[in-house]
Amino acid sequence: MTVSIQHRRSANRTLRIVCPNGHLGFAPIRTGSFEIGLRSDPDLVCADSGSCDIGPGPLGQDISSSPLAWQTHDLERMLLGARRLGVPMIIGSAGDTGANSRVDLFVRIIRELAEKHSLPSFRIGWFHSEVSKSLIEARMAAGETIVGLDGRAPLDSATLAATDRIVAVAGVHPYIALLDAGADVIIGGRSSDCAIFAAPAIRAGFPEALAYYYGKVLECSSFCAEPYGGKESVLGEITMEDVKVTALLPAQRCTIASVAGHAMYERATPYYEHVLGGCLDMSQCVYEQYDERTCRISGSRFVPTAELKVKLEGAGKVGERFVGMVGVRDPYTIAHIDEVIAWARTQVRERFGETGYELHYTVYGRDGVMGALEPLRHRPGHELCVVVQAIAPMKETAEEVCMTGLRQMFYARLPEVKGTAGGVAFALDEVLPASPAYRWTLNHAMRVDDPMALFQSGLFEVGV
Amino acid sequence: MPSARLFDLAKTIRSKNAGVDHITFDVIFPDQATYDRVRRSGALSRAAISRIFDLSADRLTDHVEFDPALAIKFTIRRAVPSGSPGDADIFGSQQYGPLLELEIPP
Repeated sequence: MTVSIQHRRSANRTLRIVCPNGHLGFAPIRTGSFEIGLRSDPDLVCADSGSCDIGPGPLGQDISSSPLAWQTHDLERMLLGARRLGVPMIIGSAGDTGANSRVDLFVRIIRELAEKHSLPSFRIGWFHSEVSKSLIEARMAAGETIVGLDGRAPLDSATLAATDRIVAVAGVHPYIALLDAGADVIIGGRSSDCAIFAAPAIRAGFPEALAYYYGKVLECSSFCAEPYGGKESVLGEITMEDVKVTALLPAQRCTIASVAGHAMYERATPYYEHVLGGCLDMSQCVYEQYDERTCRISGSRFVPTAELKVKLEGAGKVGERFVGMVGVRDPYTIAHIDEVIAWARTQVRERFGETGYELHYTVYGRDGVMGALEPLRHRPGHELCVVVQAIAPMKETAEEVCMTGLRQMFYARLPEVKGTAGGVAFALDEVLPASPAYRWTLNHAMRVDDPMALFQSGLFEVGV
Repeated sequence: MPSARLFDLAKTIRSKNAGVDHITFDVIFPDQATYDRVRRSGALSRAAISRIFDLSADRLTDHVEFDPALAIKFTIRRAVPSGSPGDADIFGSQQYGPLLELEIPP
């Protein structure tokens, strides 16, 4: 039988975490490998539930992008498993965005599940991550600079005013405080993905350098394993010297290639990860194959920062939105599609003026997916689909702008077109209401004196 | 050894958001020799990438040869933040297409 960390603990002190999902709720967890995880003697069951990948809409509108049924499914599996074993369960960035309403939603789901299953009493800890605009306004008025991240300019008052909702990204601190207070289940607001896993490890006395790496490697569950297959559980173990991660689905393995490959997943550099309180440096990491399905990692470093800076994410509404689409088959029209769009834009301008709305054309079959990055945009396909989006403060305006921008493509006047009975094809001769348009207004950082200051928390008992 | 397409040489070729303002690209190779061959070719150099995607130099923010993963990784700044009106790839997950057909000399 293969020696695996599923069967044998290191002789040294260890902490084991099972992670069943890299974005809880976004797609249901696979329960088979999670059950194997629960049989692998875990000390905690943890998962991240948030992502900014879903765009600014959910944070702005204060909704989840994940269906309630899937969120409940995953929380139920994790809660029943964790309570059966009597180990803590931690969820971070609840409900995709980590906004206050999402934390409250997850707390309510946990409470209802406890009732449904008549679970013996346990303590739920939670914390909120939203930051009010007035707090940031006051800081700016006092002369503080809210610095831009990723090349953004410092925050200005116009951008702040155009923002609907802001979350601060928590570090390990509120999680450690809630564990100290005796929480059995923690529902966290927006937080660094790795903090969810690093917190219990740091609290248990493991080195920060390894603990943050431990979080980094576990946060996406089976994305650190191969062959590719999401939503499967992985098991992590931290010791005073190293981190080990093992794939729990029998068909998957954590290899040097898969774990090192994951270190660079969806991040600008594979070497550094900034969290509230410091920076994880992975540039000297050493990866070793520990057993067939387990990779061992050592050599990560943590550099604490003198000044605490908390990341802020904010979304602001651009307007109400309608969409429409047309098809084009005439090769001459395809070759002159920009003129068709220009004609339609001119008709919109004549009716609505230059400002007060946005009108976007996405030309699928030419450069719809990549836009200006598309090297083959001079070689369109034999047919095109053009998606028209109009955005305006009022629904009625958005609808009419969209309808004008769409239908006028039908009437576009090209000098040599042979077809004079309509320049485009309609699958639907209508425009459809879409979700309101938002944009990421804040990707900034703010100085704080206390890493807990922005994160209000609570703890209460449920169950029988 | 004949020339080959990157599609045939790489194990993984992907793009994905790196935060809300960047898209990052990972090209991962199955073995050291292939990794070295592509690195040597310059087909994924800073200059080559700027040319392929028609990028101004300041938009290519990171470029790393990441030995532990046998990977070449680069990151570009988005024209607009992900999910802004008009952005057609909220996850940034379909921007790698032009890399597949790159010809890599022997």
